[in-house]
Amino acid sequence: MAEAESIVAETADRIFADLADAQTVNSAKSDGWKKPLWAALTDAGLPLSWVTDDYGGSGATLAEGFGVVSAAGRHALAVPLVETMLAGWLLSQASIASPNGAMTVAPTSPRDRVTLNADGTLSGRARGIPFASEATHIAVIADTPKGFAIALAETSSCHVVAGESLGNDASNIVTFNNVKPVASKPAPKDVTPTSLMLMGATVRSLQIAGALETLLNLSVAYANERVAFEKKIAKFQAIQHNLAQLAGEVAAAVTASGSVADTIATGADNDIMMLEVASAKIRCAEAAEKGTAIAHQVFGAIGFSMEHILHRYTLRALAWRDDFGHESYWATELGKLIAARGADELWPLLASR
Amino acid sequence: MTTALRFDQIRLPPECDVLRREVREFLSQEIAAGTFNPHEPQREDIDIPEFSHRVGARGWIGMTWPKKYGGHERTFLERFVVTEEMRVANAPTRRFFVADRQSGPVLLKFANERIKMDILPRICRGEVCFSIGMSEPNSGSDLFAAKTKATRTSGGWLINGTKIWTTSAHMADYMLAIFRTSPATKENRRHGLTQFLVDMKAPGIRVNPIAQISGMKEFNEVVFDDTFVPDDYALGEIDGAWKQATSELAYERSGPERFLETYYVLTELVRALGDKPDTRGAEGIGRLVAQLHTLRRMSVSVAGMLQAGKEPVVEASIVKDLGTIWEQKLPHRVRDLAAFVDTDASNHHALEQQLAFAIKIAPKLTIQGGTTEVLRGIIARGLGLR
Repeated sequence: MAEAESIVAETADRIFADLADAQTVNSAKSDGWKKPLWAALTDAGLPLSWVTDDYGGSGATLAEGFGVVSAAGRHALAVPLVETMLAGWLLSQASIASPNGAMTVAPTSPRDRVTLNADGTLSGRARGIPFASEATHIAVIADTPKGFAIALAETSSCHVVAGESLGNDASNIVTFNNVKPVASKPAPKDVTPTSLMLMGATVRSLQIAGALETLLNLSVAYANERVAFEKKIAKFQAIQHNLAQLAGEVAAAVTASGSVADTIATGADNDIMMLEVASAKIRCAEAAEKGTAIAHQVFGAIGFSMEHILHRYTLRALAWRDDFGHESYWATELGKLIAARGADELWPLLASR
Repeated sequence: MTTALRFDQIRLPPECDVLRREVREFLSQEIAAGTFNPHEPQREDIDIPEFSHRVGARGWIGMTWPKKYGGHERTFLERFVVTEEMRVANAPTRRFFVADRQSGPVLLKFANERIKMDILPRICRGEVCFSIGMSEPNSGSDLFAAKTKATRTSGGWLINGTKIWTTSAHMADYMLAIFRTSPATKENRRHGLTQFLVDMKAPGIRVNPIAQISGMKEFNEVVFDDTFVPDDYALGEIDGAWKQATSELAYERSGPERFLETYYVLTELVRALGDKPDTRGAEGIGRLVAQLHTLRRMSVSVAGMLQAGKEPVVEASIVKDLGTIWEQKLPHRVRDLAAFVDTDASNHHALEQQLAFAIKIAPKLTIQGGTTEVLRGIIARGLGLR
């Protein structure tokens, strides 16, 4: 990571450590910790990292923002920072200024569609919208008869159904019943619902990889503390080999998600983009399944209690798989692409990265 | 990442693209000339010395070594490109690959000038084949249990004992081996072994082929009976081989050969499923490609870190652990995904042949060059668990 990228990420990291400490948050009786956290994030310009300063943002590079996203993953952050960043990024594509406060985006599933009608209103239903109930605005990429539009809607004008992700964060069904957006503009030619899916899958991959990094650190530390059968469990070969496998999954997730972040930050053609994004989402999701199981196995019963912080990372790593396309969706899309290119074009594609 | 593990995002620099084109062109000429068949897995018992000579003449052996010794002072990333292109094309690299990957670097580090000037240029010309003498009948993964003895004699050492599972020994010109020069001590059971260079043409060496379940005879038993090895063929510290073994492992463990060994079945699967596979086929291909892409990115990262002068021993072990398990499972996953392929498909027979071969060699992939269990022990140590 370049120095500038790491300075932004370090700022984020420090705020998370100070105001979103996993132990403190986990034992909090209310959501009172969220307000000072969000205020500090806003002061540091992080929610609008990907919005240029003429539109009210801090104008960080994509790479810098991805550093923040990874840090959010490492802390299993439970406020819509990443979602607000995404929304700001989407609005900026159509030169729409970002409002203050928390935002989220829609749609986040490749099967959902929102439409911008001829009368300028939005309609449609989007499932699994992260933090919709905690966000004041939703940035939408919508179908129109002439391509796509990007719109900004107030959450209060939409129908939001209460719901939670696997990680106990708000995840809502949002229905747009002829909602009049605050702003809407045609999307540039190269920005489509797929663009949001690619960007969303990338940030979720980085978050999963971040959470897995923390899981490895927590698990290694616990294995070196916990005594059973009169020795530290770290000394048992079975535990060592499980943790070695966890390290392998972490390494794969960090590599795959880092690779796609680098690709988006520097640009690439469509086939390469599909290879990188799909690979990251697929491999990080697989790592989440295998890695979280190993971490829980190391911790035993204590890791299954709400009181312990382990679930904050394991359940979010699993939950983030669900947003912006299930890994099976990405695998199918990637497989179709590989098949269409033909068997002898597979290696050249891989070797180009 | 944790403080212990690091995978830098490395992209191959532009000079690698030029090199890749050169390698592909060279290989397609070799294929056109009938040197080897790219659709047949690289059979390790096939030996084509002339191919090695031509690869050497192109400057693709000993690429990273000093020019003084016949090398080409190119980068690890350039070497990476040559290795992966050869592997994917199923080119017959067995004769020179071990020397290029690990024996040469050991000689560079520990041999005297005379030996280096004698052997390294010949490796670079593709004229020399190396084998590795580690395992013995009663010591495999437990290297430090080796018993084959080197005893002092006038001007050198006499070797007595047996090495086993020695790949390519039947065609090797040299062996790099570890022999016992002293007993282990109470404080350090790794003490007492010394690394040696052995001229395989020396008197007192018998090479007996061992048939493998794959139907090949690539590995051997090598019996030493009062074999004389001159003094300067002892490499590095006497009794201290254990200090020399670790850095070598990073080179040996993380290359493209650690996940591309069965790659051909994936290409053939894509061919068999056609340009419009059903959902099951598409998803299956997609997952395998995602896993392979990730492994390759990890492997490139380790090559880049080697180039930067680091010793990513733990990272390399992770690549080999994940990579060999992946290439071992690959033929089985491909078999699953090909279960409903039309048996009249033009490449159905080719795919079946390839699968039969790949499934037979698969068990060895997680044993050779460091077993899964040994690798996980190294990773666990890197994590601070041991």
